Amino acid sequence: MSFADEPTIKTPERPAGAEGNFYTPHPEAIGPGMNQRIQRLRKLSVETQESLSIERALITTKFYKENYGKYSEPMMRALNFLEICKQKTIYIGDDELIVAERGPVPKSVPTFPELTCHSVEDFHVLNTRDQQQYTISQEDIDTYEREVIPYWQGRTMRERIFSHVPNEWKRAYEAGVFTEFMEQRAPGHTALDGKIYRKGMLDFKKEIKDHINRLDFLNDPEATEKLEELKAMDVSCDAAIVFAERHAELAKGLAKTESDPKRVAELNRIAEVCRRVPANAPRNLWEAIQMYWFVHLGTVTELNGWDAMNPGHFDQHLTPFYEKELAEGTLTRDEAKELISCFWIKVNNHPAPPKVGITARESGTFNDFTNINIGGVKPDGTDGVSEVSYMMLEVIEELHILQPGNSVHIAKVTPDAFLQAAGKLIRQGHGYPSVFNPDVYIQEMVNQGKTLQDASEGGCSGCIEVGAFGKEAYLLTGYLNVPKVLEIILNNGIDPVTGKVAGIETGDPRSFKSFEELYEAFLKQLNFVVDQKIRVSNYIDQMFAKYAPAPFLSVVIEDCISKGKDYYNGGPRYNTNYIQCTGLATVTDSLSVLKKHVFEDKTFAMETILDAVAKNFEGEEVLRQRILNRTPFFGNDDEYADTIAVQVYNDLLAAIEGKPNTKGECFHLNMLSTTCHVYFGLVLGATPNGRFAGKSISDGTSPSHGCDTHGPTNVIRSLGKLDQSKSGGTLLNLRFVPSLLKRDKDVEKLGHLIRSYFSLGGHHIQFNIVDTATLLAAQACPEDYKDLLVRMAGYSDYFNDMNADLQQEVIDRTQNEVL
Amino acid sequence: MSIETFLTTHYSNLITQMKSLLFDIKRYAINDGPGIRITLFMKGCPLSCKWCHNPESQSPDVQKLYTESKCIGAQECIKMCPEDALTLTPKGIVTDYQACTLCGICADVCPTKAIEMSGRTYEIDELMQIIERERVHIEQSNGGVTFSGGEPLMNAEFLMQMLDACGERKLHRTVDTCGFADTDTLLEVAKRTELFLFDLKLMDEAKHKKWTGVSNKLILKNLRLLAESGANINIRVPLIRNVNADHNTLSEMAEFIAALPGKKPVVNLLPYHNIAAGKYNKLGSEYNAMNMDEPSEEEQNRAIAIFEKFGIEAEIGG
Repeated sequence: MSFADEPTIKTPERPAGAEGNFYTPHPEAIGPGMNQRIQRLRKLSVETQESLSIERALITTKFYKENYGKYSEPMMRALNFLEICKQKTIYIGDDELIVAERGPVPKSVPTFPELTCHSVEDFHVLNTRDQQQYTISQEDIDTYEREVIPYWQGRTMRERIFSHVPNEWKRAYEAGVFTEFMEQRAPGHTALDGKIYRKGMLDFKKEIKDHINRLDFLNDPEATEKLEELKAMDVSCDAAIVFAERHAELAKGLAKTESDPKRVAELNRIAEVCRRVPANAPRNLWEAIQMYWFVHLGTVTELNGWDAMNPGHFDQHLTPFYEKELAEGTLTRDEAKELISCFWIKVNNHPAPPKVGITARESGTFNDFTNINIGGVKPDGTDGVSEVSYMMLEVIEELHILQPGNSVHIAKVTPDAFLQAAGKLIRQGHGYPSVFNPDVYIQEMVNQGKTLQDASEGGCSGCIEVGAFGKEAYLLTGYLNVPKVLEIILNNGIDPVTGKVAGIETGDPRSFKSFEELYEAFLKQLNFVVDQKIRVSNYIDQMFAKYAPAPFLSVVIEDCISKGKDYYNGGPRYNTNYIQCTGLATVTDSLSVLKKHVFEDKTFAMETILDAVAKNFEGEEVLRQRILNRTPFFGNDDEYADTIAVQVYNDLLAAIEGKPNTKGECFHLNMLSTTCHVYFGLVLGATPNGRFAGKSISDGTSPSHGCDTHGPTNVIRSLGKLDQSKSGGTLLNLRFVPSLLKRDKDVEKLGHLIRSYFSLGGHHIQFNIVDTATLLAAQACPEDYKDLLVRMAGYSDYFNDMNADLQQEVIDRTQNEVL
Repeated sequence: MSIETFLTTHYSNLITQMKSLLFDIKRYAINDGPGIRITLFMKGCPLSCKWCHNPESQSPDVQKLYTESKCIGAQECIKMCPEDALTLTPKGIVTDYQACTLCGICADVCPTKAIEMSGRTYEIDELMQIIERERVHIEQSNGGVTFSGGEPLMNAEFLMQMLDACGERKLHRTVDTCGFADTDTLLEVAKRTELFLFDLKLMDEAKHKKWTGVSNKLILKNLRLLAESGANINIRVPLIRNVNADHNTLSEMAEFIAALPGKKPVVNLLPYHNIAAGKYNKLGSEYNAMNMDEPSEEEQNRAIAIFEKFGIEAEIGG
């Protein structure tokens, strides 16, 4: 069969009335359910090339040059933020209802030289690489080289961090044993609760003033420090108001020259909204969405925290405004949906800030991980689904854009109708929404010491990590390459890929008498690695607390004002650090091979498998096939393999859980991988489970590719054996071919599968609805598949935007094809 | 040691359970009855339909399957075969079935599972344990257990005991049958079955004989009596161009179904597909597609319309 001859070409955009849509299209709607305004805005957003703006860097550099040393660090940050809000180019596009951009125009992203400073070479790579290209003019590069780079040399956060890490850490880091999140971006993963819909910046300013007045300089030795932080918060509130007022002015100005009376009215309304929020609490849906958007932009302008920013349970926040206005007759459903669509496109206008020191291979994604939580439970534990939730699913289906990410939250109290609507959206094969289980993640948060109500208001912020929205700083500190730990003990402390020392010596594995002895060595190495990781993480946290506070973010996160402390300095009610462990199945399957074939059945000697692995199984295909076909692997409801997985999981917990962080709280385990399993695979030699060197390791808590041979119900049973409520999140990818979801009753059965996984304690599940032929055709003929969105371990991306390794990874995933 | 333990240990053959040969167990079966199901495929069938998608289901004995594309030429099978029945040829491993005793050693030693034995004997207890593992999915979806094949009624005694065991555990039971079975036995099975998936292929007896190897007299009689007994029935019709997709055949079929006593059965039309061709190669036999062909979408819709004309609900897929 030839795929290239007759590729199945899928058109992701279906007409509004086509089968598969779960919503009833508007009779006057054109195209896939969108009105003309939304179609034009979407077109602009999708077709505009991503670019870099040096404006923020220039303002920041000038401000730092002139003022560094004159103010406390928090005030420096706040005044710098104010300068940006006063000076940056602002934009109101034709057709827009929700306004303001992070850069000067849509799809333009600023740089953050105070954290990491791009080199001229970085810009050239970004400008010319095939994937995730960000354009920048030569003139801007020259300006950057002249004005920005010299000042920041030796002063960036990244340099501060790397100049102080111990050698053991550096060795492990360079070997790819772990990554470090905070070397490129500020700690983030923040989502908001409902407070910004009840209070405006003026209300926050009052609170801040109150707390300044209450400072006791005699009895509280930290009072001055708190004063500086609170003053900085106060300035940040002003900055946000100034930023909004500039937009009000611009809208007024545009209204004067606009000839279309309908647009004049809209521009006047925009001006009114921007005068109202964020200074005051919003009164209606339009203001509520614009309120969030200004706060969002404030936080991502102040710093470039990981996972952009996130409104949290946006449907729940907007529902009261929608219902009130609908009852009053001041808003129709279509108008509400239009505003929500405008917001969605705004988020899509904001690509992630590109990394520094990048190569094309490492290049990640334009996705900045804003994940809208839909459905789920309210803070009181009751069903959170409303008409707005369904409207958001419609918007997602109609717009079909990369950002924002979205997830549906299916608790026991969630109605089947909502699950069915979400299932029909999953069936479209765009790779979203992912599905979360509030019943389990609330338990996870309560286990960590949060109150039930704070936990119930929480959810997922970016990929699969969950937190108490609006009240927690939960920092992902980096991924840990668990199979690499095994590789290092199989080589007695050496990284065989580089030949360099990467850990501690744990003995020659050929001398191990039992599996227990081998496992003991694994645990010893694991603990060593975790200790290194935590040591440096705590150091980085302190550096951020000291040199890169985030006063504006601190305003909107609960308890920062009352404590007088920054978001990065223990200000939030909860302060959590995570280490994300990757490759559970790869390490489980490898251990299963060693346990069964070397120590129990004695099919082959340790020497034999170590030699085979060392030469990447070259000339050892018979041995490799025997391993692949004759070993119990994780994901098949097989007790032998699953017992090992549970043990490894529990030992990861034991190694990480409860280790203190700098804020009097502690580290927790997370099982998220995003795309890091691909990078970790690249730096890993062949593994005993028959995996070739360089191939990606297993993602999240999913089974190894192609090793789950007993269908989805068995995968779910295997995953159900891990006590997922003890970690801060697990991730399960299941790939379904479209034929499994053809009819509505198939979608119902998918819903049952989800519910049975959740009844076994599953945290998260997501589906890739694609067939191999489509993917191969997409690789062969990329231009015909520009719309092919696939879900990759926690987020969605365009298949064509992925590098070859990631594409191969998607193709390799097991197909749960039922003929 | 108690007497029971003694007996179980030393005379287990005296108290052995009923056994049956299965060629597959499918989980997340979503086309074999309501909800999410586990489907047990029993080996052996009295019919030999030319289009059979599971040719390994027809023989009631263990068979050897060979997948050439999986073979890497390790030749472990040749080395280990006690009968020297295997040779490596340009077409891969070839078995001399005169010498082969189907002992299965070649399959055991094959590193890639290029050689596999189709058919494994299961006892009732073991199967019930396997079924129980699916309970969470079954309960969540109001699913159950489906007995398919082959023809599950070929081993009716075993089937009945399995149905009883499932009944005791309140599991929904579906039996997928070709209807070519002893009538009394079928009606006994019906007392233990919540839903039948009853295959109907052709109405003309001569054609039925030509395409399936047997007459359809007994099948039609059984279907009528089963309907009369009040059983829940979904009728499954493989829709094959040049075999039964024509207007006359389908009208005759619809007319027959419409005249059945009891509850109106739903008709599931299963469009023919030649995906099974590869499986015939694995068995070392040739797939003869004759002039069978996939029905077009138009033909499928026309078929639905024919049934609907007779007041019968019909849909594509099971």
